[in-house]
Amino acid sequence: MNPKTPLIGGKKSLITRRSALKTLGAASALALSPGYVRYAQAQTAEPLKLGFQLHSTGIGAGYGRWYDRTTHAAVKLINDAGGIAGRQVEIITEDDGTDPKRGAEVVEKFASQHKVDFVFGTLFSHVVIGSAPRAGELKMPYFVVSEGYHVASGALNRYVFQPGITDVRSQVSSMAPWIAGNLGKKVTMIFPDYAFGHDHRDFFTAAIEKQGGSIAALLAIPPTETSYTKYFAQIPADTEVIYHVMVGPGVLTFVKEMGEHFGSKRPQIFGFIDSLEAVDLASPGLEFLDGTYFWEAFPRYAGAEQSPYDKFYREKVGVDANGASTGDPKDIATYSHMFGCWETLYTIKQAVEASGYKSAADKGALIEAVEAITSFAEGNEHPQGNKTFDGKRHQCYGHQFISKVEGAKLNVVHKTSIEDGLYENDTDYTKQPL
Amino acid sequence: MDLGPHLLLALLEGTVSAFVLAVTALGLSLVFGVMRIVNVAHGEFFMLGAVLAWWITSLVPEAPFWGFMLALIGAPLAVGAIAVVADALVLRRLNYQPEATIVATIGLLYILQQAVLTIYGPDARPVVAPIQFRVVFPWFGYSGYKLVAVGAASLLLLAAWYGVTRTKFGLIMRATQFDRETAQAFGIPVKRVYAAVFALGAMLAAAAGVLVVPLQQAHYLMGLDPLLLSFIVVIIGGLDSLKGTILAAFVIGISDGIISVFFSPTLAKIIATLVVALVLVFRPNGLFGGKAR
Repeated sequence: MNPKTPLIGGKKSLITRRSALKTLGAASALALSPGYVRYAQAQTAEPLKLGFQLHSTGIGAGYGRWYDRTTHAAVKLINDAGGIAGRQVEIITEDDGTDPKRGAEVVEKFASQHKVDFVFGTLFSHVVIGSAPRAGELKMPYFVVSEGYHVASGALNRYVFQPGITDVRSQVSSMAPWIAGNLGKKVTMIFPDYAFGHDHRDFFTAAIEKQGGSIAALLAIPPTETSYTKYFAQIPADTEVIYHVMVGPGVLTFVKEMGEHFGSKRPQIFGFIDSLEAVDLASPGLEFLDGTYFWEAFPRYAGAEQSPYDKFYREKVGVDANGASTGDPKDIATYSHMFGCWETLYTIKQAVEASGYKSAADKGALIEAVEAITSFAEGNEHPQGNKTFDGKRHQCYGHQFISKVEGAKLNVVHKTSIEDGLYENDTDYTKQPL
Repeated sequence: MDLGPHLLLALLEGTVSAFVLAVTALGLSLVFGVMRIVNVAHGEFFMLGAVLAWWITSLVPEAPFWGFMLALIGAPLAVGAIAVVADALVLRRLNYQPEATIVATIGLLYILQQAVLTIYGPDARPVVAPIQFRVVFPWFGYSGYKLVAVGAASLLLLAAWYGVTRTKFGLIMRATQFDRETAQAFGIPVKRVYAAVFALGAMLAAAAGVLVVPLQQAHYLMGLDPLLLSFIVVIIGGLDSLKGTILAAFVIGISDGIISVFFSPTLAKIIATLVVALVLVFRPNGLFGGKAR
């Protein structure tokens, strides 16, 4: 075989150093050039720019698809009704690949290149924890829709808020009494091995022990795991209740393999709906779930007690009574999470209008306006239900639901009060400087 | 769970991952052995197999068994065709230089992965197993399809072994592997052999992907894990030893199953990586690799 000219360095090489430098220079100039066009009109007529940090790809993609739909549905409604403080809302979306490192870069890009007013929409807790410090440094109001306890714990900073969805600590605290009273007191927990799962582990353990229960085993599963059978062997035989919460592309496999392992001889099973968000309950292999229970933040199936606000919200986002897309019954929503985007956008609207926010110079006033909120009334703007808001912790607290699987559908059997999910801590972001 | 059933479950899990891993790693080992190419895009061929299996089975939703059989034949063929194109467009133009092809296959990895992300999307989609039953032991139940996958994988391994050792093509392949210049001097069309071997390696990965997809789900990022494990297996077994690859796949697969069940999957990965490091230090050519020529 005749040796040909090597790629680089040979006589016939097409790439010279000069041309390579030129190309690099042109490419970086293109990358650095601002990606926006200045508006010629007066400043107040400019749209309010919201940076939407979206998990379009990576392990959060299933959630991302629905966060996107919910956000655009809410923004359309807001704009049709005259916008926020008379300004139209413009959504600028950036994909962070559900990657913490990329998340921080996306926040940076929103601030320096797109020059947005606020950033919102981040879901996965490791991405929030990776991105939020940068938002604080850039003094960029950062509204997350994540469930994680990291906001209320005081671990983040004054610029980070979670006004649209209750945190995990509150959720699990409100579940424990019902689980101990109805299912059993010896619990084995299966959870993803990172921040979100650790919140479940720490706060549910504390909550069930308060009810006189105990933890039989803790099974932490790496978030990139694809096969779960090996973990089920570690479930102690005297377990009364399996408590599971799982995320990522492997959730359906996880639940299926749990069914193969236990069959009909299963202990009681209580799951967080995260384990089956965006998954059809009628998928083959899930029949064993009949008679098990799930936490839901917002019931996927529109039951007899559906509020008019849920009906309105469902219709605007394009979700049918079974929690699937109206366009495709196989496309299941992440119904217990995505309402957070909707409610967060209306919180931003409320705070911008209350603070008289006009431009970046007014960010301090905006932060204080969000901190001054104490509650949200149930309505079309907050369809999941009424909530309280703790301005010191930057966190809202709402009702939770427990649903039973019956005939491949979820039927609500219990609704918690807001008080069930309250806890003590001494977080006070308002003491931090703006 | 008592020790006995616990061990049984560990062995079952280990056997399933060992067989799938053996098929995947065999493809990587063949390509390296014959072409001296470290194919970093190998895991993406595995992923393509799974994604194509989803697509093919979704064309015939009313007959999952026949859809799956179609996928088991069609997906590897399609992936083989993609590999032939990649060989002609990329590898051959680099004259199969080891360093350049590593970089090129990294590029190929991203091209395939991002193309699937663009066309197929970011979702994990399930494929219904062709045969669904649950094997019930007194202590726990087990997926019947996993055992079927073991059977299918062992048939594939047997076929590959027969092909390499007992056919004329196998002889030509081994001759090219032994000394490509002499092989060419004897009239062996080395370029065509290379294209065929690259396609064959990709097809083995794709077939493993098809077998696995009813157990997992088709997802654009699913190629990374098998790539890493295949490298571990191939390094331990010896880069150009097919026998070593198969043996190493069983050692790694079964020990992974047992350590995962009794201790933790993270510990299993730590130990496997440690073994790779030790092998590289003490037996750089792998446990079964020949002397570097």
